[in-house]
Amino acid sequence: MSLYDAMFERLRADKEGAFIPFLTLGDPDLETSFEHLCIMAENGADALELGMPFSDPVADGPTIQAATLRALGAGTTPKKALGLIRRLKDKYPELPVGLLTYANLVFAAGIEQFYQDAKAAGVDSVLVADVPLKESAPFVAAAKAASVAPVMIAPPNATDATLKAVAELSEGYVYLVSRAGVTGTETAAGKPLGHIIETLKGYNSAPVVLGFGISEPSQVKAALASGCDGAISGSATVKAAERSPHALARFVEGMKAASR
Amino acid sequence: MSHFSPYFGEFGGTYVPEILVPALDQLTEAFESALVDPSFQEELGKLLKHYAGRPTPLYEATHLSPNPLVRIFLKREDLVHGGAHKTNQVLAQGLLTQRMGKKEIIAETGAGQHGVATAMVAAMLGLKARIYMGAKDCERQQPNVYRMKLMGAEVIPVHSGSGTLKDAVNEALRDWAANYDSAHYLLGTAAGPHPFPHLVREFQRIIGKEAKAQMLEAIGRLPDAAIACVGGGSNAIGLFADFIEEKGVELIGVEPGGEGLDTGKHGAPIHLARVGILHGMKSYLMQDGEGQVEESHSISAGLDYPAVGPQHAYLAQTGRAQYVAITDDEAIEGFKALCRSEGIIPAIESSHALAYALKRAKAATKEEVLLVNLSGRGDKDLNTIMNLEAAQ
Ligand SMILES: Cc1ncc(COP(=O)(O)O)c(C=O)c1O
Repeated sequence: MSLYDAMFERLRADKEGAFIPFLTLGDPDLETSFEHLCIMAENGADALELGMPFSDPVADGPTIQAATLRALGAGTTPKKALGLIRRLKDKYPELPVGLLTYANLVFAAGIEQFYQDAKAAGVDSVLVADVPLKESAPFVAAAKAASVAPVMIAPPNATDATLKAVAELSEGYVYLVSRAGVTGTETAAGKPLGHIIETLKGYNSAPVVLGFGISEPSQVKAALASGCDGAISGSATVKAAERSPHALARFVEGMKAASR
Repeated sequence: MSHFSPYFGEFGGTYVPEILVPALDQLTEAFESALVDPSFQEELGKLLKHYAGRPTPLYEATHLSPNPLVRIFLKREDLVHGGAHKTNQVLAQGLLTQRMGKKEIIAETGAGQHGVATAMVAAMLGLKARIYMGAKDCERQQPNVYRMKLMGAEVIPVHSGSGTLKDAVNEALRDWAANYDSAHYLLGTAAGPHPFPHLVREFQRIIGKEAKAQMLEAIGRLPDAAIACVGGGSNAIGLFADFIEEKGVELIGVEPGGEGLDTGKHGAPIHLARVGILHGMKSYLMQDGEGQVEESHSISAGLDYPAVGPQHAYLAQTGRAQYVAITDDEAIEGFKALCRSEGIIPAIESSHALAYALKRAKAATKEEVLLVNLSGRGDKDLNTIMNLEAAQ
């Protein structure tokens, strides 16, 4: 059983949802980043979503863009980013870890090689922000060959056919995007997406996790109430980490509490 | 089903966040239905003629040619209303915006010429325009920033990254992801995700179409070479499109060699021939060994882009077109040569194509006819030239 399956099964038995915080790997530097990852693991994160810094993060808003620049400025390379995940997984082998990346980093490494390296580092899933279903075939095939779960995005404007394809391809979980736009808390999560969640589940999708604009415990509660299996918080987590290790710990703890 | 394939060989595609896919599908539908809609063609034809001032002349630059064996013809896109070829396809995309029932336009601009064309057309069609421009480019191209504002567009300087065209494209894509319902992203060059490379080519095709007929009229045959500068590749693909099947015509794209191809400070991704994925497309891309996108460098803001439209990558790979590089210094020489010999002040972008033609003409030992696309006029570049001269 995959670590995601085990996690969602455990949470279902405990009648909880998943809380998954996101940080950019290597922000502000490798050692501090590693401390941040451990803080999230120790304070209730059910899984982590971690960004591999890319020079042109078009799916991200200003907060994650700035984190990316800091990480690149500190010399974070894809190899070093995966090294952080390796260290983390050596310490917390049961914690599911998702990697968020961009197409060119995968392509530059060689698509097959990228997924094999990710697997070797202990990555459980990979989401490529600028690879939509249309272009996903070689990425999904390489993911499956390496036993890494390909995570697909279900956007709020998706047609039924898109949702069906997302449900069929996405493993580990489905990333449901709450609203139009890029990551960030400048725009709050959108309206409830009940019909999309129902449609995905009707097609037997992996568990559905809501992301984009989630910054407060009440939004985690609302996501779960609308039928999601969990929530991802990116920019708000980055901002908490910018404040202090203590603030990051309290933020993760508070968001997790709301998922119970 | 789409009429055009998203790929040119291995290049092209639709590498965007899933949320933009419906907007690109909608655009593909609007574009392809417009192409075969006589009323759309009629409306566009009227605007091209009466608003943009087409057809543009073909002018033989007899005083410019350094070699009596070589005849150099200039396709005068600098005379299009707005000062560059950019207006041609912006008119078409403006009409497509209306066809899709949208009221706002998002655009990015490097030299500001695409921004100016967008602002003009938005004003004329009653659309709102938000234009992203790298902070460094705003500095280099101040007159164009002012022009855009005069025509009612909102100009948004982008400070991230290198503060040039690449970063402006990133911001425009972000804006579009948030506002695709009400806004059309009016991309300025023959790059980006499908269907933009096809769409921009089809609406810039008029450059080569006119030039072909004009060459036949002028000398009774086609030129030996068709030459154009390549940033994203729109003026070049517009010139090339109707010549691709004419195997006797060499197609030459001129990339910005910046401070020199061996200095790393240039904007010549075709020269490097490293495939990558950026801004929705798979194409040649300047990047480091790990896939981080590198910053390009060119004295011309309009060519300062680390990637290139996918059809150019394909034409280069298959050998149908040749791509050469011209340095900043050579481009400036070409610029000055045209000013003095013909009384025409070209854009620094276009001066790259001119400089290559001059170099080739100087070396020629047999009769040859060169067709050069003079993609834009140089008024916007006067500050750059004055600063250069002051520094010398
Ligand atoms: C006059 C002129 N020529 C050429 C270009 C380069 O663009 P493209 O390669 O799309 O023709 C620009 C871009 O701003 C321009 O202003």
